Amino acid sequence: MTQSENAAIAIECRNVIKDFGSGNAKQRVLHGIDLDIPIGATTFLVGPSGCGKTTLISIIAGLLTATSGSVKILGSEITKMRGGRVVRFRANNLGFIFQQFNLLPSLSAVENAAVSLVVRGSTLASAKRQAGVLLDRLGMEKNKWKYPNQLSGGQQQRVAIARALVHNPRIVISDEPTASLDAETGHEVMELLREVASGVDRAVVVVTHDNRIFPFADYIATMSDGRIHTFQKNSINLSPNDASAEQR
Amino acid sequence: MFSIAMKMLFHDRAKFVGLVLGVAFSTLLINQQLGIFIGLISRAGAVVVDVPEADIWVMDPGVKNLDTIFPLRDTELGRVRGVPGVAWAVPLFKSNVTIRTGNGELEASLLIGVDDTTLIGLPPQILMGNIDDLRRPDAVAVSEEGFRKVWRGQPISLGNVAELNDRRAVVVAIVKDSPKFTSSITFFTRYSQALQYTNNGRNQMSFIVAKAGVDQTPESVSANITARTGLKAMSSPAFRWKAIEYVIQNTGIPISIGTVVALGILVGIAVVGLMFNLFVLENLKQFAVLKAIGTSNLRLIGMVFLQAAVVGFVGFSVGLFGATMFFETAGKSPTFQGFFLPWYVAAGSGAVAAAIIVLAALFAMRRVLFVDPAIVFRG
Repeated sequence: MTQSENAAIAIECRNVIKDFGSGNAKQRVLHGIDLDIPIGATTFLVGPSGCGKTTLISIIAGLLTATSGSVKILGSEITKMRGGRVVRFRANNLGFIFQQFNLLPSLSAVENAAVSLVVRGSTLASAKRQAGVLLDRLGMEKNKWKYPNQLSGGQQQRVAIARALVHNPRIVISDEPTASLDAETGHEVMELLREVASGVDRAVVVVTHDNRIFPFADYIATMSDGRIHTFQKNSINLSPNDASAEQR
Repeated sequence: MFSIAMKMLFHDRAKFVGLVLGVAFSTLLINQQLGIFIGLISRAGAVVVDVPEADIWVMDPGVKNLDTIFPLRDTELGRVRGVPGVAWAVPLFKSNVTIRTGNGELEASLLIGVDDTTLIGLPPQILMGNIDDLRRPDAVAVSEEGFRKVWRGQPISLGNVAELNDRRAVVVAIVKDSPKFTSSITFFTRYSQALQYTNNGRNQMSFIVAKAGVDQTPESVSANITARTGLKAMSSPAFRWKAIEYVIQNTGIPISIGTVVALGILVGIAVVGLMFNLFVLENLKQFAVLKAIGTSNLRLIGMVFLQAAVVGFVGFSVGLFGATMFFETAGKSPTFQGFFLPWYVAAGSGAVAAAIIVLAALFAMRRVLFVDPAIVFRG
């Protein structure tokens, strides 16, 4: 099943194929992906390494071009956009949380978080004010002037999350957001993402191997060998330990 | 985005300093060498510059520069004076003489004999003394630098006695002359007095210097003189350039200095190009992240060019400052007089620095433009 029942669709993939290389060296990585990511939900994309998850989210994000097929995000067909249109669409609608944080080492935490607003035309000063508020919410009020090399992994991930959310994107794409985090910090991050996803006209896509955070998914799509095998509502509940951690 | 570009640039201090020094070194080398070159070859025409009253120089047809002279017959002076369009014409004598310095050493020096009546041929700037005193017997004027060299350690003064080619010469005036190519000691005296200090043969007149009449151009009068007398006549600027041209064509100075300038440019291109490319390579992932989160290629191009422009501006300023300080400091040395940094050399080196930076930016740009933003999703 690829389409959730009675749910508006944030991301719609139809027969997405991606080949790398040419001639005898051509390798098909995605074999006709059909996938609907619902609005107002957190969707996990899981599967073994090398199954095509990163390729798929790169195509969804407009960072890679599909060989064929179509991808629509909130009704706009991103696969038909070219050049500057894709870039503008990405800047205005998408937020990214990378596995390796990818913070800019020459910028402080608040400047890193502000970059998404600066890209959209804000001055650095006003963007920093907005980013500072978000970082305070993420518990970074004492560390927002530090540089990435002065922050722990968890703190860097919070900055990366702030960067992804500061411009209020409608879609957040997150690649292994909790890979470098301890359980408690990972839970905090997922709580925040779930809060984002619950907004009207919002969706969060999480690529992950971390089964500690599976309870946070509304939907789980499983992938292997470049194909979507299952897409279903998440039946995994939070464990008693997770529930008491939430209460704390 | 541009403030982010600057933070990226300044964050890597070592590379930033290396880039700036690369541009600065290239700029300094170009300015210093070209300034020296221009100062050096300008000295070839210094004697012409020191006779501002005249605008025409007349000489033997075979003369190519100020140093290789074939003396004119005395009667030529009258013939030149008789050419229509010549307001006046006076003789000028030029020869090398040997002088014994205050401590008994011998020095080569230049002796200029100026017109007895008008004293035309003396440099315009008299530092000490009265030029009318040149009418006294054995009277000479000496260049300021020449005095310091002949009478080392003594304060500039009048009345010192020198031995020019074994004859007595009394200093009655100190003048400021243009630095010469061959000697820094120049003595000036009356034409008739100069002939007594030398024995150059039957004919002694080195040049005739003249002035074009009112409503006449030096070029047209020069042509007239040549047509009527068979002598070579040229305007002062033309003769000065001819002397400079001779040095350029017949000495190794242009090749020597030109090689250093070319090396300075090549080193600048190589160092700055390589380091800027390295800077962009090391920051490629940052550019990929910016691309991924929605920065357009145009903005990225702007960032790279801004970084390059700042490096170029700072480096050029440092290099130009260094070159200016060099000429300011070295110019205080008597042997370095007349060397300066012309504005057009500074402007030209600015254009070269800009070209180096643009080339470096263009070379690095393609990496930024073609970086795959999807790499940010990979480990």
